[in-house]
Amino acid sequence: MLIDSWLGTNTFHHSEFWDLNALVKEKEKRQIKISLCIPTLNEEKTIGKEIVIFSSELMQRYPLLDEIAVIDSDSSDQTREIAASFGAQVFQSRDILPAYGEKRGKGENLWKAIYQLDGDILVYIDADIKNIHPRFVYGLVAPLIYRPEIQYVKAFYDRPLASSQGTRPSGGGRVTEILIRPLFSLFFPELTALIQPLSGEYAVRRRVLDKIPFPIGYGVETSHLIDVYHRCGLEAIAQTDLDRRVHRNQHTRDLGKMAFGILQTFLKRVEALGIVGNLPELSTTLRQFQVSNNVFEEIPLNIVEEERPPMIEIPEYTKKHKVS
Amino acid sequence: MADVSSDQQSRTEDSLEGILTMLPFVREAVQAAREILLANLIMIGEIPAPTFEENQRVEFIQNRFVESGMHNASADELGNALGILPGTSGERNILVVAHVDTVHAATVDHTITLKPQAAIGPGVGDNALGVAVMVSLPFVLELLNIELSSNLVLMGASRSLGRGDLEGLRFFLSNSEIPISVGIGVEGFPLGRLSYSSIGMYRGEIVCSVPEEYDWTRFGATGAILTMNEVINHIQEIRLPRRPRSSIVLGSIMGGQGYNTIATNAVLRFEIRTESEQIGDEIFRQMAAIISEVSSQTGADINLDVFARRSPGGITFHHPLAQAARRIMHVLDIQPRKSPSTSELSAFIDHDIPAVTIGITYGEHQNAPQEEVRIEPIFTGLAQLVGILLAIDKGFCDAD
Repeated sequence: MLIDSWLGTNTFHHSEFWDLNALVKEKEKRQIKISLCIPTLNEEKTIGKEIVIFSSELMQRYPLLDEIAVIDSDSSDQTREIAASFGAQVFQSRDILPAYGEKRGKGENLWKAIYQLDGDILVYIDADIKNIHPRFVYGLVAPLIYRPEIQYVKAFYDRPLASSQGTRPSGGGRVTEILIRPLFSLFFPELTALIQPLSGEYAVRRRVLDKIPFPIGYGVETSHLIDVYHRCGLEAIAQTDLDRRVHRNQHTRDLGKMAFGILQTFLKRVEALGIVGNLPELSTTLRQFQVSNNVFEEIPLNIVEEERPPMIEIPEYTKKHKVS
Repeated sequence: MADVSSDQQSRTEDSLEGILTMLPFVREAVQAAREILLANLIMIGEIPAPTFEENQRVEFIQNRFVESGMHNASADELGNALGILPGTSGERNILVVAHVDTVHAATVDHTITLKPQAAIGPGVGDNALGVAVMVSLPFVLELLNIELSSNLVLMGASRSLGRGDLEGLRFFLSNSEIPISVGIGVEGFPLGRLSYSSIGMYRGEIVCSVPEEYDWTRFGATGAILTMNEVINHIQEIRLPRRPRSSIVLGSIMGGQGYNTIATNAVLRFEIRTESEQIGDEIFRQMAAIISEVSSQTGADINLDVFARRSPGGITFHHPLAQAARRIMHVLDIQPRKSPSTSELSAFIDHDIPAVTIGITYGEHQNAPQEEVRIEPIFTGLAQLVGILLAIDKGFCDAD
């Protein structure tokens, strides 16, 4: 599929889906169940607002969502209490599938959500969005409701299409522009059409989600895109412009950790898919440096990108969700 | 329990007592509107709406009116958001108005933080909460299974604050074909506020400017700030009577460009507030004389610009509307704080429409970036509003 035609047919703007009555009607006609998962780790400042907005607008006013769940990684602040006080289902990640142990990382919560939640579509929204709005959910699930062939919808953030004039960069983040886009250009040129492949907001059909492995750290989004693309092709992927996302900025040093984790995942995926062969054993130590009294010091960081298997391989899951 | 029983409602037909008895149940029942109300508060509050630039917030309110199935949901040519919830008889038209504009510039970060006990952000109490309550009223009445006999006109008023001078509400009252019987102004805070009379008011600016090539050797002249200081010293000397109560509020002062350049401009914002129109005129005359005197002494160019003026008036303490409001507040354990108002009331007064302004909850840091409203008392404030609406609707607030 040519990138140009994909951009024309599979790139949306949230404003195309403003008619929530029509969207809910279509959802009901197709008998689709939708679950929202918000993975959290110490998000007390923003979680209350997200829950209130989504439950008021997308459950009470327009019944688009069937459940809202917070899956938490042992927050030490009031995240769980606040989320529960505003009516969300709250789960500790370690309490879900306890026989499989507990791993630290956002991907772990996303993976466990597949088991815990019941939706045919799962929509994942990060908890640190300051300017939360219902569009963050309906903009992502609408293409899945209206277009059965689409399996995976990714968010990107840009200015409103109507006010765009002239030529300008498409505005991926720093890690996207200096790591992911060059890698995709080398190995998966069609995936470069995704404006922000690392955005943490996306909606996916269960039947696809339960068949792909889950890196539990930084690489989960990259891995998803590669696997969905490999299994279903570019036409199964779509992206929606959600206008603007206000969130915390990360320091360059933290972005280095992120890039290191993503790169590990990427190399594992291309090796597993047979795109590159026989990679040497890769180090899991990221070496960063600092200068103290004019002396350079190494700061080694061990970053291991562990991976959970496809959920369909977990017997408890196939039993609970009656899938074979 | 999401609604109030039909037995309780039928008792409201007989007397104000019936409504008063129902109010504690109303307070319980409206808690079911918490998510809807808070979501409206956040989404309204996060749309910047400085005076004269309210259009985006008004558009949102209009959409809400449409979604609530209100009739005539629209914006008028002044940018007011309007919607009508038709009553069973339509004999009266009750206008519930909340001003949409805020004192915060569009460039200010309008993000609202929600905690279990409070919402925090610029303009959250003044007046995003007032607007959110007004917008949520159709849902709240439906939740309570209350059908008013009167038409309920909901209005998000534009151009209220500062230089806006209530232009939106004044325009509506002057040009609408809907005869308004009673008005209720809704402010986010403070709960307990009860305004039914308006004090007289002059609101304006004194603008002082000196030319860049100023003759610094002249008497008293070391720039616009010291000249403005001279003006302020003279204003402080104006003798104000104890009765009728009068005051001069010096609200803000701005001037100069930095540390090491003599200021060539200064602006003082003020309000004269008084219970007597005559006293207000006299104070204004004295201020004008001060400005002429300082201007002639210093050679600075000083202008007195009055852009808003209100006449004192309103309903009396014994008016049935004021009495009913006090009794409703008493039943809900709200301590009424009668405060003469310079808000929407004066527009109603100019049209001889009985009206009250009430607050919805407690809060603090008004007009600061960390303005805060408490969530729990909102339900008491909401029950109070429903009580007043019912009392008006059943005719218990009509003057003889």
